[in-house]
Amino acid sequence: MVDRTIAFVRTEDVPAMPPPPNATGPAKWVKDNLFATPANSVLTILAILAIYFILSGSVPWMLNGIWASPSLAVCREILDGASGACFAVLAERWNQLLFGFQYPADLYWRPGLAFVLLFFAAAPVLFFDLPRKLLIFTALYPFIAFWLIWGGSIFGPLLALLGIVAGAFFYQKFVKNSFALGFFGAIVTALVVWTVGGYIIPDGEIAEGAMRSVPSRDLGGFMLNMMLGVTCVSLSLPIGIALALGRQSSMPIIKYICVIFIEFIRGVPLITLLFVANVMLGYFFPPGSGVDLFLRVVIMITMFSAAYIAEVIRGGLAALPKGQYEAADSLGLDYAQAMRLIILPQALKISIPGIVNVSVGLFKDTTLVSVISMFDLVGMIRGPILASVEWQGVYWELFGFAALLFFITCYGISQYSQWLERRLATDHR
Amino acid sequence: MKKTAFYGALAVAGLAASTASAATLDDVKARGVLNCGVTTGLVGFASPDANGVWNGFDVGVCRAVAAAVLGDSDAVEFIPTTGKTRFTALASGEIDVLARNTTWTFSRDVDLKFEFVGINYYDGQGFMVPRDLGVASAKDLDGATVCIQTGTTTELNLADFFRSNSISYEPVPIETNAEAQQQYLAGACDVYTTDASGLAATRASFENPGDHVLLPEIISKEPLGPLVRHGDNDWGDIVRWSLNALIAAEELGVTSANVEELGAAPTGNPEVNRLLGTEGELGAMLGLEADWAKNAIAAGGNYGELFEKNIGENTPIGLARGLNAQWTDGGLLYSPPFR
Repeated sequence: MVDRTIAFVRTEDVPAMPPPPNATGPAKWVKDNLFATPANSVLTILAILAIYFILSGSVPWMLNGIWASPSLAVCREILDGASGACFAVLAERWNQLLFGFQYPADLYWRPGLAFVLLFFAAAPVLFFDLPRKLLIFTALYPFIAFWLIWGGSIFGPLLALLGIVAGAFFYQKFVKNSFALGFFGAIVTALVVWTVGGYIIPDGEIAEGAMRSVPSRDLGGFMLNMMLGVTCVSLSLPIGIALALGRQSSMPIIKYICVIFIEFIRGVPLITLLFVANVMLGYFFPPGSGVDLFLRVVIMITMFSAAYIAEVIRGGLAALPKGQYEAADSLGLDYAQAMRLIILPQALKISIPGIVNVSVGLFKDTTLVSVISMFDLVGMIRGPILASVEWQGVYWELFGFAALLFFITCYGISQYSQWLERRLATDHR
Repeated sequence: MKKTAFYGALAVAGLAASTASAATLDDVKARGVLNCGVTTGLVGFASPDANGVWNGFDVGVCRAVAAAVLGDSDAVEFIPTTGKTRFTALASGEIDVLARNTTWTFSRDVDLKFEFVGINYYDGQGFMVPRDLGVASAKDLDGATVCIQTGTTTELNLADFFRSNSISYEPVPIETNAEAQQQYLAGACDVYTTDASGLAATRASFENPGDHVLLPEIISKEPLGPLVRHGDNDWGDIVRWSLNALIAAEELGVTSANVEELGAAPTGNPEVNRLLGTEGELGAMLGLEADWAKNAIAAGGNYGELFEKNIGENTPIGLARGLNAQWTDGGLLYSPPFR
């Protein structure tokens, strides 16, 4: 055997060379993402140009904005031909944009407080890691908020609460015998409490002081949008679930009532329903009486969105395999238990994107009330503010502000729903 | 038993409804406030200020009626109405009087069953063009693009005008006045046409109002006035004569400054005396206090004062009196005599 000497054996790795300059760092990112292909490069340059033109127009306009001025004419004098926004309209009409022009100025703290409390009330519903005891506050919140916003005697909301508590108590007591007895008995109990209480408790109007009554007609601004949005979304969700289940029911009367209701409401534009609420109902009641306009609008918007939510949830129910229903039956669960424990948790989870879609759309649709002369945010802008001698001709600033408020709210809702979907993701996809 | 009570309640409600429409004056007095329908906002005619207080030319009429009936020009609940809700609000009894720059037309008076009590502003459709266009008359507008609000009478008037002058135009349909303003300034149309008062108000909001001219032609009649429901002539009379009192006061030289003095004791002019209640029984004939007209005039001044304060030449809107001058000054305002 020939003894071969091995001249060189590498015993360790060559130290890695630094990558070439165009394959690392920002240069690589730009090359990969912005200039990968000729078409890509053209699009990038066009996009940069578009962004430049938009920013070069809007940024100086915003930075040059005037925040203190009594009118548009004075704004223009200060700017003296230069490009600049007249944000002074927002500063001067700030309260009107938020609360409408008729809400008493010394009472702004009341809707403000109701708004802050809304977060505490909504938190335990939205984030179920929080202690369940907080739900007690959520249950009390509608009555607190009503009392804060409309004012008047505390006995009114207390009576409403009492009626509901009595109804719930009746339901708890009798639901074991029969669901129908518990459910309808609870409604009758609440009605009895309200009627009897209505005779005992004096008229709730208060004319003076910090808790004086504010009529519905005086509500306005973004407050009105928030109130309509929050009330209608939270009411239409349970009604929508009931309608969706009713539509799948095997009992023909319930089924056809639900089908007709949903198809009728979906076949009619919301604006028509609002006109009915405002105009037609005025003919049916004697002058000076009748149901409060705010309540009429809430009922109409709630019916409208409930029909849509019902169809979204029906989609979720249809997506569940039949085996889930059979599994629930085979466990010996009755209808209510099967729905509550097996079917709805899964169906609602599937329906989240659709429900959020309807909610966001509904929230934006609340601006439609401006056509029936309610002064929501858009109604305030289009009516009193643009019709004032001082601010006639200011558009971008006002509508931009409205768009910003709606964007913040709707983006918040959307982000929450995405978090919720991740949080509830129990399947392994 | 329960059923009877229910029908009884229905009957009472129906009765209340019918009496409400029969004696509006009693209702207003019992309520203590006048429900007055106004626009949701029209520059110079009705809009709330930063403190939420309604101001404007139409608002002045509401306040005068409230002062005449209740003696307090602030006893008004202003009910904002849109173009679509105004007539139902009046017909259903939600408002007692509608003062919302509404054109008096045959069908509204007869078919919709309303009673126009008079005219507080004679308007008409006009044209606005940029000064650079060098147009002096609407008849020179052959081939022009015209911004026009769809679904309004102005659209029909425009077509009639161009056809009768056998010239052509190209309409640019727009929805609202605000949109029209933007389109016109952006040059999407050569001409903007709507009511002359609206054109003047729109022009006043431009950065350089001097660059735009209103053409002399007025191509339609738009008499604007307050209106009430059919069926209560006593109430109609009250609103009609409250408006006439404002017009007559200007003619007779009664202003908010001297009305107290003139109304304190009989003056040398018997018509002033009858108007202000120091002579005769005119107030009692209407079912009002003797000083009803004095209160109406003291509320915001006579017609001329209201005009000057809200839409006159010293305001940013800057409307000339034109047709809305007293008949003695060549206008159309002509109040029947107080006798």
